[in-house]
Amino acid sequence: MRDDIITTTKIPSLWRRFKDSYLWHSLKKDKVAFASFSVFILFVSVAILAPVLAPFDPYDPSSIDIMDSELPPVWQEDSEAKFLLGTDAQGRDLLSTILYGMRTSLLIGICAVLLQCFLGVVVGLSAGYFGGRIDSFLMRIADIQLSFSTLMVAIVVLAVFQASFGAELYSKLALFMLILVIGFAEWPQYARTVRASVLAEKHKEYVDAARIMGFNNSRIMLGHILPNTLSPLLVISTVQIANAIISEASLSFLGLGMPVSQPSLGSLISSGFEYIFSGSWWITAIPGLVLVVLVMVMNLLGDWLRDVLNPKLYKD
Amino acid sequence: MIAFLINRLFQAAIVMFVISLLSFSIQDNLGDPLRELVGQSVSEADRMELREELGLNDSFLTQYFRFAGKAIQGDLGTSYFFKEPALEVILKKLPATLELVFGATVLIIVISIPVGVYSAINPSSLFSKIAMGISIIGISVPVFLTAIIFIYIFSVELGWLPSFGRGVTEHVFGTWETGFFNLDGLLHLLLPCISLASIMLPLFIRLIRAEMMEVLQSEYIKFAWAKGLSPRRIWFMHALKNTMLPVITVGGVQIGTMVAYTILTETVFQWPGMGFLFLEAVNRVDTPLIVAYLIVVGAIFVITNTIVDLIYGLVNPTVKLVGEK
Repeated sequence: MRDDIITTTKIPSLWRRFKDSYLWHSLKKDKVAFASFSVFILFVSVAILAPVLAPFDPYDPSSIDIMDSELPPVWQEDSEAKFLLGTDAQGRDLLSTILYGMRTSLLIGICAVLLQCFLGVVVGLSAGYFGGRIDSFLMRIADIQLSFSTLMVAIVVLAVFQASFGAELYSKLALFMLILVIGFAEWPQYARTVRASVLAEKHKEYVDAARIMGFNNSRIMLGHILPNTLSPLLVISTVQIANAIISEASLSFLGLGMPVSQPSLGSLISSGFEYIFSGSWWITAIPGLVLVVLVMVMNLLGDWLRDVLNPKLYKD
Repeated sequence: MIAFLINRLFQAAIVMFVISLLSFSIQDNLGDPLRELVGQSVSEADRMELREELGLNDSFLTQYFRFAGKAIQGDLGTSYFFKEPALEVILKKLPATLELVFGATVLIIVISIPVGVYSAINPSSLFSKIAMGISIIGISVPVFLTAIIFIYIFSVELGWLPSFGRGVTEHVFGTWETGFFNLDGLLHLLLPCISLASIMLPLFIRLIRAEMMEVLQSEYIKFAWAKGLSPRRIWFMHALKNTMLPVITVGGVQIGTMVAYTILTETVFQWPGMGFLFLEAVNRVDTPLIVAYLIVVGAIFVITNTIVDLIYGLVNPTVKLVGEK
């Protein structure tokens, strides 16, 4: 794609370029952003390594003993040392379920945002590049879809699927359904952002130059214009992942998301909710805290990126 | 203006048509109305006869037009569980949900405007920094978790406030049951309303702050300062007016969003509203009730969006009233 760039000096390696970049430099200077970035990296690596790090396998029913249920974390009385953060109502080790839950939540959040991004980029690029009827038609659809709340659409779609599939089959498909529904519900965000950047870029000289050189539309769109829309995309992506994780948690809390046997952070909070009345606060509080910290660092990173990259975000 | 109005109403009608089509295809595919009607014990021949009689063998479009014709007259079928007209069941629960949304909206307006304006005028003051810090936490806490935390603190630990239900309600205007006119009802409203408001509040504070800061940089405000107007007059007369324009659009969309969030708050607080009813209907596969909810909520979205568009068109002189943006 990029063979048209004539280079006289050797391009430094990607890592080298990243380390010398303004982005990395300002990240090191901003304490809040650096802390958020570290926490985010920590969470992601812990989630990826969950099967190695977790002391128990929460998916394995034979490792669960109901006699161990509702044990408090180790710093409380009546706790057991092998369950560091206590156990849930089924006797599963809370630390292990949280590690696996974070894995599921992050997986759904990132995959859903990739889907949103793909759909939004395709629609936004074509709307902005071709303009005219195509543009007004696509953007009107985006407007209408945005006027319906994502959560509402997701709740309705998942509820209908759950009712028609039956709970058992649904629980097997829940992961894919969540990614698809959250992915489809938020594409207009990306479409609008990409379209706005494309409109700003498409009359610049390099686009004219590319056209005169006889490149076809898809090459100009993907190879030339798209790279220049990446920084606004990066800014909204962090916030979108945070929102997708919240949406997933909310849907799981309503019983429309991940089943209890394959918990995400949302379904962990949901399964602990009824036990707070009997004083077992940790089943809800600890996964809740992890969820809030995860979402908060993503929001803080998004704020920081917005300040640093300062893209002209699409505003109504 | 008339063209703009007609354009928007036309668009609203199309969206409602799509919603009704989707709702109907859900009704068509979900559950078997015959089994709900006669149970398992009827012979196959009788079933076929009944299907023919009820028009279930007609084409999709014929059935849709029959459904739409009845829907326009307010007949959305009979709930399998309640054995009452589905629309009536939904509308009976509507006041509970609307009161929740109303209470939360009042909280949002009363808190977000002063805080947003103050932190735009004094961006470096301690209060503004704390407000911004709290709002980033607020955005990151899902609404159901806020609700759970409130229940744990105020109901379980302190025992000050009730954790579920609407408490004592009174009848006003005939069938409207309200919890606003007595202490018990208000106490029951407090936690759900704060939880519901908590998700939108940070968003509005940040939005008002950002818009206001942008407006304060503009030429006409500098001119107003140069003219020697009093700060109050500049802030609240000149700047606030233009700040509120984008807030109105976002606000309209968010009212719809809040209806979605009521499903979450109603579930946590077992609030007898539409959202709670909807989830129950889903669990019972009560198709007519699901469809009625979709149509009522769809209508709420379409109506609020159309009204917001019209208000925005009226308030903002730069909107081209032909309807094309």
